Amino acid sequence: MSYLPHTDADREAMLAAIGVSSIDDLFAPIPAQLRAGKLDLPPGLCEAEVRTRLETLAARNQVCGSASFLGAGCYNHFVPAAVRALIGRAEFLTAYTPYQAEVSQGTLQHIFEFQTAVCELTGLEVANAGMYDAPSALAEGAFLALRHTRREKLVISAGVHPEARQVVATYASGPGFAMTEVGLDAISGRTRLPDPNQLAGTGALLAQQPNFFGVIEDLTPLAEVAHAAGAMLVVMQNPMTLGLLATPGSQGADVALGDVQVFGSPMSFGGPSAGYLACRQELLRQLPGRLVGQTLDLEGRLCYALTLQAREQHIRRAKATSNICSNQALNALAATVYLALLGPAGLRELGEVCVRRAHYLQAGLLGLPGVQSAYSGPFFHEFALRLPGNAAAFAEAMRARGVEPGVPLGRFDPAFADCLLVAVTEMNTPADLDTYIAAARDGLSGGA
Amino acid sequence: MESPELTGAPPVEPPIFEKSRPGHRGAEVPAAGVETPPVAELLSGAALRAAPPALPELAEPQVVRHYTRLSHLNHAIDLGIYPLGSCTMKYNPKVNDELAALPGFAALHPYQNPSEVQGALELMWELERSLCAVTGMHRATLQPSAGAHGELVGILMIQAYHRDHGGENRDTVIVPDSAHGTNLATATMAGYRVRELPSSGRGLIDPGALQAALTERTAALMLTNPNTLGLFEEDIIEISRLTHEAGALIYYDGANLNAIMGKARPGDMGMDVVHMNLHKTFSTPHGGGGPGSGPVAVGGTLEAYLPLPLVDRRDDPGAGPYFYLECDRPRSVGRVKGFYGNVGVLVRAYAYILRMGGEGLRRASEDAVLNANYLRARLCDLYEVPFDRMCMHEFVASAARQKQETGVTARDIAKRLLDHGVHAPTIYFPLIVPEAMMIEPTESEDLASLDRFADLLRDIDREARREPAMVTEAPHTTPVRRPDETRAARQPMLRWRS
Repeated sequence: MSYLPHTDADREAMLAAIGVSSIDDLFAPIPAQLRAGKLDLPPGLCEAEVRTRLETLAARNQVCGSASFLGAGCYNHFVPAAVRALIGRAEFLTAYTPYQAEVSQGTLQHIFEFQTAVCELTGLEVANAGMYDAPSALAEGAFLALRHTRREKLVISAGVHPEARQVVATYASGPGFAMTEVGLDAISGRTRLPDPNQLAGTGALLAQQPNFFGVIEDLTPLAEVAHAAGAMLVVMQNPMTLGLLATPGSQGADVALGDVQVFGSPMSFGGPSAGYLACRQELLRQLPGRLVGQTLDLEGRLCYALTLQAREQHIRRAKATSNICSNQALNALAATVYLALLGPAGLRELGEVCVRRAHYLQAGLLGLPGVQSAYSGPFFHEFALRLPGNAAAFAEAMRARGVEPGVPLGRFDPAFADCLLVAVTEMNTPADLDTYIAAARDGLSGGA
Repeated sequence: MESPELTGAPPVEPPIFEKSRPGHRGAEVPAAGVETPPVAELLSGAALRAAPPALPELAEPQVVRHYTRLSHLNHAIDLGIYPLGSCTMKYNPKVNDELAALPGFAALHPYQNPSEVQGALELMWELERSLCAVTGMHRATLQPSAGAHGELVGILMIQAYHRDHGGENRDTVIVPDSAHGTNLATATMAGYRVRELPSSGRGLIDPGALQAALTERTAALMLTNPNTLGLFEEDIIEISRLTHEAGALIYYDGANLNAIMGKARPGDMGMDVVHMNLHKTFSTPHGGGGPGSGPVAVGGTLEAYLPLPLVDRRDDPGAGPYFYLECDRPRSVGRVKGFYGNVGVLVRAYAYILRMGGEGLRRASEDAVLNANYLRARLCDLYEVPFDRMCMHEFVASAARQKQETGVTARDIAKRLLDHGVHAPTIYFPLIVPEAMMIEPTESEDLASLDRFADLLRDIDREARREPAMVTEAPHTTPVRRPDETRAARQPMLRWRS
């Protein structure tokens, strides 16, 4: 077994040094009736055989190409080679959490840079080192707001991704926090302003930007009604939009979070990615997760260390702000490198390409018989259509024409069975957009 | 770097923001290539940002150099021994990274039709079965992103079980005082009160003390086995009986599973729910703090409560197996994460299990335990080992003697190790051992590496007696020396400012 360096002679010598005669002696503390027999797993394979097996499995999957318009929280963006090369460096890849700061300055500094980039993107004062993903960060962001307001009620917009709403509900079920929903305006698709009765006693109003249906929310009035009721506004935002859209911080959000998969991580069937979580300064002590701070070393040199650990589980134990330890550091690093490569102009331009291609496609599709926009509100690079028939059937017909046209929304709610959520990124070429429109025209007119 | 609060000598590598030069670019964006109205018009009705984010502006070579130089400031398992107790820093096989990056896995969207992702679903289905074989459990969810995330899922399942079985008044979780901090934080996060159970004089759970602590209010016992002292809970069968008789369930923190693969199974111990850390036991890289993966396996009692969705398999007559995502599970605790789990990590763990096979995994655990006992044997004359008997994959030594006789602390010893290109053990944990140094070498270390580590700790003990300043002022050769953590906490500087 090439991952195990000992020879049998080594093992014998070590057993002698320990003063026992066999490996079994080492396991003597395990009660005899618990000693397992052989593990019920096939014999090991050599590297070439493992590769063949995994390549065979990989070949049974259809790679998502440029004619795919799937989004809904996971997006196909280009990943520069430099991102892969840097996060593949063993010094980043095979390091642990930076507990010994003196030999972890590389990790600590890139996290500090990540925190800075997130603050810049969100317009908020503090960001942590990263979360598991956007939905779990939404739950943690909600809990943060509840701790700060000392309240136990949440109001969540129906414009939040249905699966993220389910994640928040699962987290909230433990301590028994109540959660009610506020619906969308039937025309614009924007979150309706919750009435004061619903907000009474609420600690956090949760919204998504752009929302699940792609509609860009007007966050400022949401923040105003939340604040008037003593609640905080917590916004889950696709950060790819933040080169162009107003920051959540500038619109009154108290907590902002989202998923940085769009910045340099492959889709990878939905994971791993990293979440980000940012908040206003006064919420700092309630922020869960790791934080890296700048400080000085013994010789007065600027350096970095994990800080404010008194919030965290390994110090505070039962009184910690959360049980979270890991920060998806490698995916956060991918995002940091990606943003350094793109810079502010690149992020804005990339956003513009997505916006223009998405609007071009939407305009083309709205010109087809029976196709309507589900909502009238402004959108970024994702939009919901109402089709003349079942969206899942349409998607299947489109797949037969080589186009993965979007996510049929019936899978989330039968009331939306005729709706399709279409995402457009820079990976969808202008030719793909025209192919989509032509195939849809064909498909909708009954052509086979 | 200048700031009102913090002025010091230049850092080894300045923050990338300081290297920014207006107009530089490290990546191009394609032209839109479509005729549309201007973007401002397309986004009319949306609030736009007033000023661009102050992201750095650099060309690609400068970005690559910056992060490559930063990488040089890290210790990593590929550079040498990383004996952090309870962290299982074993070698991360290279082939696994290549396999996870295959477009057939990396370029899949989670909402593709199941018929298009049969290979990925089959892999997940097979991995679930393998993990159940190792743990002796019935089914597992692959969704949790990390061990702590798995703990939360497990405790929420226990809570749902009690809710269904008239146990709503069970509001307490018992946790041994040797437990990882996450156990207590998890229980609190799920709305439970925590009762800490003192360890026995042998460093184990005392069945008598447990019996006294168990009440009709107890929802669960959370335990780690082998525990954080590296000791196997010898009374585990009695512990299981007592807990279940009291109507409570047992959560098994599998952080230390690397000790017992092919040797003992939590399922046979009567455990109700077990989490595994694929980034520990199953060799996936830690990435400096993730991504990890913390699958949770359950016995029959909790199967109905597993999170959504599960990967299921259907065998239609005349057709091959068909894998799908099952969401129709009415008693499930619900979703705990976006999509289905950290699939890129799952691919690596599956490749590792295939490579090792049942026999190889058993061998890995044997060597892990052998290595820990070897180091214990080589160090126990100089360093106190409070519970000095056969350990599992790790052991806890104490620098209490060194502190008393020389003033040198566990922290000093840890820092001195860094001078020699060796990572320090976990220190000051578990909390029940003063000046604790928790040492887990893993099976990846060869004899030469173990001997060097033991020799260094012996040398440091001698140094502590002859020339203590070398130890108390360590490290001397690392890129930075003892960051001032008090200052970092008192005047938090959590982002770069120009």
